[in-house]
This record gives sequence, C-alpha cells and structure tokens, in this order.
Amino acid sequence: MKYIDEYRDSSLVKPLVEELKKSLTRPVRLMEVCGTHTMAIFRNGIRTILPENMEIVSGPGCPVCVTSASHMDAFIAMAEIPGVRVAIFGDLFRVPGSNGSLANAAARGALVDVVYSPMDALELARNNPDTTVVFLGVGFETTTPGIAATILAAHHENIDNFCVFSTQKVIPGPLEALLQDPELNINALLCPGHVSAIIGAGAYQPFVDQGLACVVAGFEPADLVNGLILLAKQIGSSTPKVENLYPRVVSWEGNKRALAMVDEIFEPADMEWRGLGVIEKSGLAIREKYRKFDAEKRFDITLVPTEEPKGCLCGAILKGQTVPPQCPLFGTRCTPSTPIGPCMVSSEGTCAAYYKYGRDS
Amino acid sequence: MSDDTILLDHGSGGLASQELISGLFLKHLDSPILKGLEDSAVIDNQAGKLVFTTDSYVVDPLFFPGGDIGKLAVHGTINDLAMRGGRPLCLSLALILEEGMDLADLEKIIVSVAEAAEESGIPIVTGDTKVVPRGKGDKVFINTSGIGVVDDSLSLSSRNGTPGDAVILSGTMGDHGITIMTRRAGIALEGNLRSDTMPLHRLVDTILDHFPDSVRTFRDPTRGGVATTLNEIAAASSLSIVLQEEALPIRAEVRAACEILGLEPLYLANEGKCLAVVDGSKAEEILALMKQRDEGREAVIIGRLEEGKAGRVLINTPIGGSRVITPLHGEPLPRIC
Repeated sequence: MKYIDEYRDSSLVKPLVEELKKSLTRPVRLMEVCGTHTMAIFRNGIRTILPENMEIVSGPGCPVCVTSASHMDAFIAMAEIPGVRVAIFGDLFRVPGSNGSLANAAARGALVDVVYSPMDALELARNNPDTTVVFLGVGFETTTPGIAATILAAHHENIDNFCVFSTQKVIPGPLEALLQDPELNINALLCPGHVSAIIGAGAYQPFVDQGLACVVAGFEPADLVNGLILLAKQIGSSTPKVENLYPRVVSWEGNKRALAMVDEIFEPADMEWRGLGVIEKSGLAIREKYRKFDAEKRFDITLVPTEEPKGCLCGAILKGQTVPPQCPLFGTRCTPSTPIGPCMVSSEGTCAAYYKYGRDS
Repeated sequence: MSDDTILLDHGSGGLASQELISGLFLKHLDSPILKGLEDSAVIDNQAGKLVFTTDSYVVDPLFFPGGDIGKLAVHGTINDLAMRGGRPLCLSLALILEEGMDLADLEKIIVSVAEAAEESGIPIVTGDTKVVPRGKGDKVFINTSGIGVVDDSLSLSSRNGTPGDAVILSGTMGDHGITIMTRRAGIALEGNLRSDTMPLHRLVDTILDHFPDSVRTFRDPTRGGVATTLNEIAAASSLSIVLQEEALPIRAEVRAACEILGLEPLYLANEGKCLAVVDGSKAEEILALMKQRDEGREAVIIGRLEEGKAGRVLINTPIGGSRVITPLHGEPLPRIC
C-alpha cells in the first residue's frame, strides 16, 4: 500500500533504530501530544527499542480523554432528551460520566448513532426529520474543519433539525500552559501529524523560542524513529528548531482553506479540559451568526460541575506527570471493559495504550 | 398487510405455518429426513464420539458481499463441529421471524441455506419457525445446531499446546469483520471487501487424515478475531505465543479499510478461517498440505508457542520491537481521527 509499506519496511527501519542510538548524545525527555502517536509508538514496539536516556511522555493529545466529566454528563443528558438523536464518533460511546455512559443511555432507549463523519450526522438529520440530530463535537483541529463544513452545508440547505454541541479544542495554547510546569522537564516535542496538517508546522515556532526541539512526524515506524533521531540531534547540538518530517501531509502554513472555514463558523472560547481545568480561549464555540446550529444555545444547556472519579489519575496522566501503572485503579478496577477514567476507554488513551500493549512486554 | 410479508399467522402452527413450511422451506431444503416433518430427526448410529454444538446468528445487514445470514448459519455451525475434529453429520435450523419481514428476503435466505448445506454435504434435518410481533425482533434471527462424530482416538483441545508448536492461520484475517462493519455503517469504500464465510470441515478432514497425531487443536477465530482466540489458546495451554507481525496475512483492501477506520485486523471476525496449533516439526508439511486446498491456499505460519508467561501473546514488530496482544475488550469502535 503506497505511503504505508515503504514506511514500515523493516530493512529500512532497523538501520534507523541503530542510527537513533548513535544520534543520542544528551538525554531527551520528549512529549508526544497526539493520541495516534501514543498508539503508534506502542503498536510498533518503539518503547521497547528506545535507547537509555530517551524518555517519551504522553501529553493531552487524546480528544476523548480531555473531555471533562461535566461535558460527558451534559452529552448523556442531551441524548436522553425526547426527540433528540445524538451522533458521535465511536470513541465517545463508552466514556463514563458521573452516572454511566452513552452506551448505558442507549441501552435505556436513548438514540445514539456512531458516525464516521459529521456529514453522516447531517444525513441522519435529513433522513429523520422528526428528530433533532445533535452531533457531539469532540476533537482538535483535525476534526474541526469537517464540523465547520457540515454546519455550512446545513446552513446552505436550511436544515433545521441539526445542531452541534461543540467541545472542540485547540492544541498550541494549552500545550504552552502545560509546559510551564517546571517539574515536567520536557526538552523536546514530537508534534502531532494530523493537527499540523491543518494548523501548519509553523505553529510550533513559539515552542522553539522557549528552547524546545520540535519535530512534526507521521505515524509509521520510519516516521517515528526518524522523528526521534532528529529530536536527539537537535538536543545534542543545542539547535532547537521546527523540522517537518511529514511534508507529504503537513505544510509550514497549514491548510488555509480549512482554517478559513473554521474561522467562519467558530470563535475562540474558554474550555474545560479534564485534568487541566478551564483554559482561556482553548476551545471553539459556534459564532452568533450560526447560533441555530449551536446545541448548547438551542437546548439551554448548563454544565454542572462534576467530580472526577475517586482515585482516578487521568488528570495527572494527561499532564504527563505520571504514568498509568502508577494509578491504583489501573488494570484492577479500571480496564478497557470497565473503564473508570477516559484515558482507559478511548482507543487513543494513554491508559488504554499501556493496558493493551505495554503491561509486560 | 400484503401477502408478501411475514404475518404472525406464519408462526401460529396452523395453515399459514404449513404453507410456509411446504411452500418455501421444503421447496429449497432437500433432505428426506426433514421432509418427513416429524417432531425430531432420527440419525443412524455412528461409530465414534459425538460432537454437538449450537450457535445463533443475528447479523445486520442480512445480505453482504460474500454471503448472507443463511450461509453464515450453515458454515458457522459446521466449522464449530470441525474445530474439535468432528465430521459434521447434520444441522438443525430454527428461525425467529419478525412480523412484516419481506417474504422475498426470507426466500433468498432459505435458498442460501440450501445451497450452503448442499455444497457442504451436510443436510438440514430438523427445524422450527416462530414469528414475533413487529418491533420485537430484527427481521430474522437464526439458530443452527449441529451434530458430528469424532474418532475415538482424537482429542483436540486448546489445552494441548506444547512449547515449539507452530500456529498456522489458514488464510487472510479480518475479511468478514471489516465487510460487515463498513456495510453496517454505510461506508462506501472502493475495493473488493468480501466476507470470507466458508465451511472448513474438508480442510480439517484432510489435515487429520494425514497428520492425526500432529494437531493439538483447531480454533476458528470468529468474534474477537485472531488476537482473542490466541489469548484463549495461550491461557488454556499455560504458555506464551509469539507472533511475527510481518507474517500476518491481510488483504490490501482490508488493511486499507482498517487504516482509515483505526481498527486492527487482529481483532476482526473471520468466518472461514481456522487457527491450527500443530507440532512444530511437522508445521511445514501441514502448511504445504493446507495450501493444496482452496480453503487453505493462503495459509501461513504466524507464530510459535513458547515457554514463558502463561497466557501471554506477544508480537514482534517489523522494527525489531515487540508488543503484547490482549484479548478484545468490547466491540471494536472506529476512532475520531
């Protein structure tokens, strides 16, 4: 398969693993901030071939995981409003709120549809004129343009029974806030691939100005190991910069058309992140012009503050302050079948990755 | 209601039931025992131990590329018998129909059951039909049970694995699971995604004919996929299983669909594949034999059983790393991005 096989070819990647060992001259403690990177690193066994003095910390890159418990409760309450049909990406289905998940709500009779694209949710609205279809928007810059395009399509077609509950979030600002924590002690960033396709590699320049090595990388083994090599070299030579190792998808400026579409529909808003609290202008709200597609305004939703599950360390894990095996619930009370925190339920969650791939390899 | 749909009367046991049985079921299902319409089937006494299994089929959509619920119901139960080394003798067929189901769809399914039974050489010898009110079912649910015989000397079991045994997968992984998932979600992906549903009893028979003492167990990796079945074998045998990722046979279109949806072929259902755990020293010969048959044409040795942590399945990745393969937790769900 083009763009996949060549990046997985062991005859190409194995020498890179050797090169990585040679390139590492000073300790690297890097953060990856993309759930797909978290999984790809585990899936390819990259943690098992890491040289000593190179450490990978998972950051808040899993969109489901950073969705606050109060938002989850509001999602579930939304699904239980008579006449409402919620459409979600699959990851969200089993995430627990303070009283069960959307899966439990569906079992009680709520209408919950797993869709693959926000446009599928709009199609549901067209096909079910008697219900109001609410798309539960959870994601970063990667998914926001698709949601913006869907709202624009609904606007142009005058579809009234469709709206979006936006908890869309942005990556750079909150990441910067997180990295202020001196205890994290991060000196390099493996920057997300797909988010960068939208916002562009240039978005990480401010991190370089703070002394961090930055590499934008794809998700295949060759991408990942090469990314680690470049980070090791930048740290070794004390020349931090943004290097774009994923030019087949990512440009310096990003996708201007997508960004313009997002700007047309959304405006920056304060947003609550699980584990990080409310961060100023870290989310996206639907602009007044398109208010009829804003589920929160349409249904007059107020978020009720919700306590995190007792003992759950998802917050600290999302901040890179601890690792899943340190959590007392990990692997005992909290497993992918009976998740307590969101990092265990999302397929891209750090706990799910540790549980699935890393427990005793 | 028009006469081209299922009515509650069709399950009444009265005239409408009889018309359905003789006008539709017996028209297609050609078994002298079934045609006797007795309360149960009498099977001639067989030498050997009996194997007996049952399975229910509720797949949605009813029809999909490569098969339909009827074929699955025949193949699935035959395969469950075959995995224990059983030579299937006959099947039962029980239908739970929803009021309002399209009769033409029912006929298509029965024709498919008949074809699958005919091609497999395993007759349907007894059956039952019930109709539930609209909304209380989902068009049609099927249960098939099967009886077979297994040689007295044979005792296949997941507990039989020993260090050094090889794991052979009879063909590509994930074809059925990804076909159903994309159809169910209405995802139009280009390429030829097809269910792999097929009966495996002849493949098993061939292997056991030639290597009766070298097979530890056969397992069909249906729901939960190869990953979950291998975890069960590793646990039952109290051994580790080590796989080679590069050896795993996956069709390009299945791989592409999985990449798009964020799914792992190791966890997707198969309906026409078996995992054979065999004596490592005979593995190449058994593999060569399997490849001579259509069902095993793409068979591959994917890993070995080893001493090590009991119940652990490990996979060696192409870059020289490794990861643990756990059993499936919950339904595979597509990811956000």
